[in-house]
Amino acid sequence: MTEEKKNSRKKIQATDKMNALMSDYFYDLDAAAKSSSRKVAWCTSVGPAELLRALGFAVHFPENHAAMLGATRTSTDLIPEANAIGYSPDICSYLTADIGAYLKGFTPLAKAYPGIESVPRPDVLVYNTNQCRDVQDWFSWYSKELGVPAIGITSPKNVNVVTEAHISDVANQIEALIPTLEEISGTKLDMERLKEVVSLSRECTELWKKVLETATASPAPLSFFDGTIHMGPAVVLRGTREAVEYYKVLLAELEQRIAERVGAVDGETVRIYWEGMPVWGRLRQHSELFSSLKATVIASTYCSSWIFPAFDGDDPIRSMAKAYLELFIVRSDEYKGGYIKEMLEKFHIDGIIYHDAKTCPYNSNNRYGMPQRLEAETGIPSLVISGDLNDLRCVSDEQTKTNIEAFIEQLEEGK
Amino acid sequence: MSQPVFVGLDLGASRVKVAVVDLQGQLLGHAVKKTGTDFTVTGAACLDASLEMAGATRSDIVKAVSTGYGRANVSFITQESRTEIGCLAKGCHHFFPGAITIIDIGGQDNKIIKLNAAGNRSSFKMNRKCAAGTGAFLEEMSLRLDIPLEEMNGLARQSENMIKLGSYCTVFSATEVLESIRNGKQVSDIVKGIFYSVIKRVLEMDSLTDRVVMTGGVVANNPYIVEMTEKMIERKVLLPEYPQLAGAIGAALYAMDPKKEIDVVPHTADPVA
Repeated sequence: MTEEKKNSRKKIQATDKMNALMSDYFYDLDAAAKSSSRKVAWCTSVGPAELLRALGFAVHFPENHAAMLGATRTSTDLIPEANAIGYSPDICSYLTADIGAYLKGFTPLAKAYPGIESVPRPDVLVYNTNQCRDVQDWFSWYSKELGVPAIGITSPKNVNVVTEAHISDVANQIEALIPTLEEISGTKLDMERLKEVVSLSRECTELWKKVLETATASPAPLSFFDGTIHMGPAVVLRGTREAVEYYKVLLAELEQRIAERVGAVDGETVRIYWEGMPVWGRLRQHSELFSSLKATVIASTYCSSWIFPAFDGDDPIRSMAKAYLELFIVRSDEYKGGYIKEMLEKFHIDGIIYHDAKTCPYNSNNRYGMPQRLEAETGIPSLVISGDLNDLRCVSDEQTKTNIEAFIEQLEEGK
Repeated sequence: MSQPVFVGLDLGASRVKVAVVDLQGQLLGHAVKKTGTDFTVTGAACLDASLEMAGATRSDIVKAVSTGYGRANVSFITQESRTEIGCLAKGCHHFFPGAITIIDIGGQDNKIIKLNAAGNRSSFKMNRKCAAGTGAFLEEMSLRLDIPLEEMNGLARQSENMIKLGSYCTVFSATEVLESIRNGKQVSDIVKGIFYSVIKRVLEMDSLTDRVVMTGGVVANNPYIVEMTEKMIERKVLLPEYPQLAGAIGAALYAMDPKKEIDVVPHTADPVA
């Protein structure tokens, strides 16, 4: 295998439109934080964003901000700031990077969007522990620091089958948030508006699913690395008309690529599934490494986690509860194994790569024998790479490169 | 009399290894040198030493393939590289056809590679981002104990009451070693405990199949580690004649692979010759 091969990745034309959309979103958030009339809520990525939007809050997602710190490779310098005040290097590096950024008075938003000086100051912090316990600790720190309430939903973990009892529990918790949120927003919840927002979230999610499923085509018109960028609106603008319109444009472009047999990578020979978080600070390097090896990372659990088939405008609160509970990360290993197997089949996968993220046990699904079990059941080879989502001190580039190259060699030899 | 030769260069983190083989894949020449700070310089020196041993010159090279961390640093002689995992697999399958598990203990990495009966890789594992169980761990302990690396094998063999180290962190293990020294333990027992620790760290990486092959500089220089491993896994370990050269030989075999198009390497000016 030659060391330096020409990079053959293809730019998605809709990217410019997405960048404009994200820009509008951040400027709107900034304007809300600077106004006396609009309120800002911080929300975990699969928290009750629909409820917050229906109440008129501008919604900021600290996980999105933390991913930006990772992608801009600033997080590794910021994490030690949080370590020094007692937040271990072994816990979520989203949390430590974001708190570290606050302590240093830094945000990548300031460089990307002139006029924005800081992340929008919150009026309320709303979490859902379906992601992990760390989000609650994260918001609790800001609550004390900024003197704003942190409220949220405590979700069950390791759910095998989502039952009516689970849904009722979470739906009750969502309803219990409403009086506090109404008081902070100064707005009475309009159920019709909530239905509309939930319907838009459903529409967004269906389009996002179709976008990701274009990669079932061969060659795949988009890669996991494209997905990590283009999922932005699905994360921060869920429940808005703008997100829906954007994914219509993106989907049309990808369908055009399929019609013209244009792949995300030239000469795709190997199709990979990525299980776990991206290494945000190495997106470009990893993308180029795979494309130089004529391999496409076709699909991932991570990007697919923003598909919520349960959203139903006719039953907004219970369907929100169900959607938040059906999230992959909340589920048992038995469920996760079945889900990944379906994905391997659907996307015609040759090999699976598990990213063992040092600071994110919840998204590292290699630690309880999953690779060995799935390999035995499917015959599809697997590789585990060590790394992290944000803390580049936990990343060994040479080891990653050797592992991935050797894995692609193995898959090619096996064909 | 000169003849066409194929060359494999394994530019590892700790040592550079070069193997020269003939058209039948027979080893004609080889060399091993400390990597130092310049892969290119050491690679060139190793190449020339192994060619001299083979009675060949650079103009006799039909094709060369590189591997190891410095595989991109020898473009003066080769434009093709393979991973060390692929080369170890190729080299070991050459010596031991059939299904095998390869345990490679290198200067910085450990690898467990499983091959099926046809010699294709079915899986591989590398150590995590930790030097425990690698040659780097032995080098660290050699420094701490002020014992030359080459004396460790003999010392371990003299042990009558091995001291087991509990930690799998190199730094914590060093602390344990110091504690043993303070407590007046025999150096030979400590060294055997260090060897035991290396083997344990490797064995916890993956399960083994019936036939096990060991390679790498650590086992080449410390045959007692192989004997200890045999006792621990309760089976005979297969060892190539030159365990440290397995990757370089694999690279040379890739160079002569008839499935691959053979490019005669243009012998551009060697920047360091």
